[in-house]
Amino acid sequence: MTAVLPAIVVGGYLGAGKTTLVNRLLRAAGGRRIAVMVNDFGEIGIDADLIESREDAVLNLAGGCVCCAVGSDLIEAVMALPQRLPAFDLVLVETSGVAMPGTVARSLRLAPGIEVDGVVVLADAEGVRERASDRYVGDTIRQQLADADLLVLNKVDLVDDAALAAVRDFLDGAAPRARRIEAIEAAVPADVVLGLTEAGSPPQSLARSGGGLFAGDPSARRLALRRPRAAAQQYQSAWLALPDPTDVDRLAGLLADPRHGVVRAKGVVRDAEGRAIVVQAVGPRVRTTPAAPGSAAATPGDGRLVVIGLAGTLDAGALAHALGATVAGTGRRSSER
Amino acid sequence: MGAPTVVYAARRIHTMDPARPVASHVAVREGRILAVGTLDEVRRWGPHDLDERYADDVLLPGFVEGHSHVGEGVYWRYVYCGRFDRTDPDGRTWPGLTSIEAVVARLREAHAALADPSQPLFGWGLDPLHFGSTRRMTRHDLDAVSTLRPIGIIHASGHITNANSAALAAAGYLRTDHDHPGIPLDAGRLPSGELRGPDAMAPVLLKLGIDRAATAGDAAGTRAFARLAVRSGTTTATDLATPIPDAAVDELLRITAESDFPLRIVPALHVRGQTIEHTIERALAMRERATDRLRLGRVKAHADGSIQGFTARLRWPGYHDGSPQGLWYVEPEALARLYREALRHGVQVHTHTNGDAAIDLAIDCAHDALRAHPSPDHRFTLQHCQLADRAQLRRMRALGLCANFFANHHFFWGDAHYATTLGPDRAERMNPCRAAQEIGVAYTIHSDAPVTPLGQLHVAWCAVNRRTASGRVLGERERIGVADALRAVTLGAAYTLHLDHEIGSIETGKRADFAVLRDDPFECAPERLKDVRVRGTVQGGRSFEADSA
Repeated sequence: MTAVLPAIVVGGYLGAGKTTLVNRLLRAAGGRRIAVMVNDFGEIGIDADLIESREDAVLNLAGGCVCCAVGSDLIEAVMALPQRLPAFDLVLVETSGVAMPGTVARSLRLAPGIEVDGVVVLADAEGVRERASDRYVGDTIRQQLADADLLVLNKVDLVDDAALAAVRDFLDGAAPRARRIEAIEAAVPADVVLGLTEAGSPPQSLARSGGGLFAGDPSARRLALRRPRAAAQQYQSAWLALPDPTDVDRLAGLLADPRHGVVRAKGVVRDAEGRAIVVQAVGPRVRTTPAAPGSAAATPGDGRLVVIGLAGTLDAGALAHALGATVAGTGRRSSER
Repeated sequence: MGAPTVVYAARRIHTMDPARPVASHVAVREGRILAVGTLDEVRRWGPHDLDERYADDVLLPGFVEGHSHVGEGVYWRYVYCGRFDRTDPDGRTWPGLTSIEAVVARLREAHAALADPSQPLFGWGLDPLHFGSTRRMTRHDLDAVSTLRPIGIIHASGHITNANSAALAAAGYLRTDHDHPGIPLDAGRLPSGELRGPDAMAPVLLKLGIDRAATAGDAAGTRAFARLAVRSGTTTATDLATPIPDAAVDELLRITAESDFPLRIVPALHVRGQTIEHTIERALAMRERATDRLRLGRVKAHADGSIQGFTARLRWPGYHDGSPQGLWYVEPEALARLYREALRHGVQVHTHTNGDAAIDLAIDCAHDALRAHPSPDHRFTLQHCQLADRAQLRRMRALGLCANFFANHHFFWGDAHYATTLGPDRAERMNPCRAAQEIGVAYTIHSDAPVTPLGQLHVAWCAVNRRTASGRVLGERERIGVADALRAVTLGAAYTLHLDHEIGSIETGKRADFAVLRDDPFECAPERLKDVRVRGTVQGGRSFEADSA
């Protein structure tokens, strides 16, 4: 089998912060080569300083990334990506404001060589409740929320406490299966959305290469002072050393269990037959695929897994205990801005 | 000195000009109508050649098709698999196929004629709704043609494709772990062979050699489409819509300028895949390059999908059979902004709207945009507009919106709308030509070729008779008269394209565009309107015979 090109779908209605998030992820790509597909009414909002050159509908971006505008032919465009050299590490599909991100994710899997890691949906804390009852797009928005694996409640700085509580209640019902995080100006650590650059590396090096900020970063403190109602959420990561072999189905079930609070996970384990299995989780969606022969992941040492979740919610100890694993390291990080 | 004048004599000329509805002679100079009337009247212009080739024929203004796709010319390279007889650009009539077995038999013939065993085989126009059986075509049906050659057939709607096992295997589809609403599975959890929706279809279509570029039209396809136009008496047709890259504009300019090219093409630029601002800019730039036979500079957007494909946006109570709604094709805010920008720059927008919720949205957006940029005579047109009710038509009238109704639907899918998608009452008021006329909405009617065949006489027949394929009259109250229907497919369509001062009637000063008919549609029984024989066209003063087209 050939290498798998992982895809992340970024959905949500107009104004929810999709383009802001995509720009942030590109800035924090940390060496990943990302192909951004804008499946939209053609509004490409890539920040100008990231654009190196333009060929027709393709923008060449800093760090070997590209951005393509596609109309109704997303699958046709995505199918061409695995042939391009040098290879991409990730496809990021920014859907149109009226697309169903879950349906887009199912369709992406039809392109040979593409596997979907997860569906990230953004919701505008100020407007999502009203939009969800709009006569034209209400049903669209409700379905988008229900499609989410990871729901980013964005713009929490623009609402007061009562409104924030109300929108949280609303989302508990509207997106019951999603893991939810909160953000200001779509500031989410890149690793939370993109996964970790090198599966199984210790969190410290990941934090460096991923460009993430630690909680003590002065810019984060400034943010907290300026926006007192909405302190940036804190994230925690943990590096787990897994036994060899690992029961892959059981691992998938534990990652998906909301009680462990895993927002994003990536790792490589050995299954009972001795095969190297790549594990990817975005919220409750867990993908396990045999590592491509010859890849670095195909010759693991011990099983290893890095999990990220909200500080105070992530229970790496319980997860490790259930797996017979040990927590080999932890790190803390805050939302980037 | 001076350009030569040709006076055509005809059995009868129906001008569509109320001031002079009938004539016997028309004088043509420099591709335009110099005079129309009796021979004595038109000869006052001086020396002329009297051309009597049409002395036994009936002339109407050349038909104007306000919603078609030039891609129909490309489809005829593939195997026609439709339910109804259909004539190709070379004049060969392919009998309609009434069963899965008949479709397989026709594909088998085409398969046998192909030397290269790996060359894909592609068919189009399949419409199993009309087979009178609930059995669906599967990959095994097509495997009976070949298990080695990739084979696929796209349905008449364009939204479903059937494939054989070889085509599915080539696309990597022959596996048991599919989880996609567009890929129904058989008992063994393998794809049944039916693929629904553009996403599910795309990987297989690529293996069949069919991509967007292949069906968008090329030089040969454009010329084939023009031959279909001559056969149907059409002298102006839209291409609604196309991305029209700059290279395609160059090629279209070259083809349409050929001295024997018989058609005026009115393309609309598709908004998808580019920004609204860029679309408007390109439309304005393209307008500068427009010629008589290539009228560039219009824009098209999609609000929803199709009713029979269950992708339309309907108001309460939604689909009659309880099917879920389709998706919006555009954010309401984006459509509103497109309208504002287009009005600000004087660019006309055509909007695909089938369901009544989509029509509401377009009306609301037009209402707001017109308050921001008051624009007399904008003629923004709602395309298809099938489910418009009278309240919507009153708002359209107030705002100056035009309608282009999909009259052919009554025949091809009316039974399905009655029984399944909409139920009797809404099916009977679909494509409300009579209501539009009474309320005063400017309207035309169309074929959406290749979805249904190019041919405005058939479209007019549908609006006059509203007969379904099974023979039901679907909405007697919404029928219109022959004269109204013929006006709709000439002046009516020209109006929605801002061309009614140039084409659509036979009047002095207008383009010499005529439909040349063997029979007089005003004399035949209304239920025979579709059977009126077309001899050919005169386009810009040049004669084109269907039989040599």
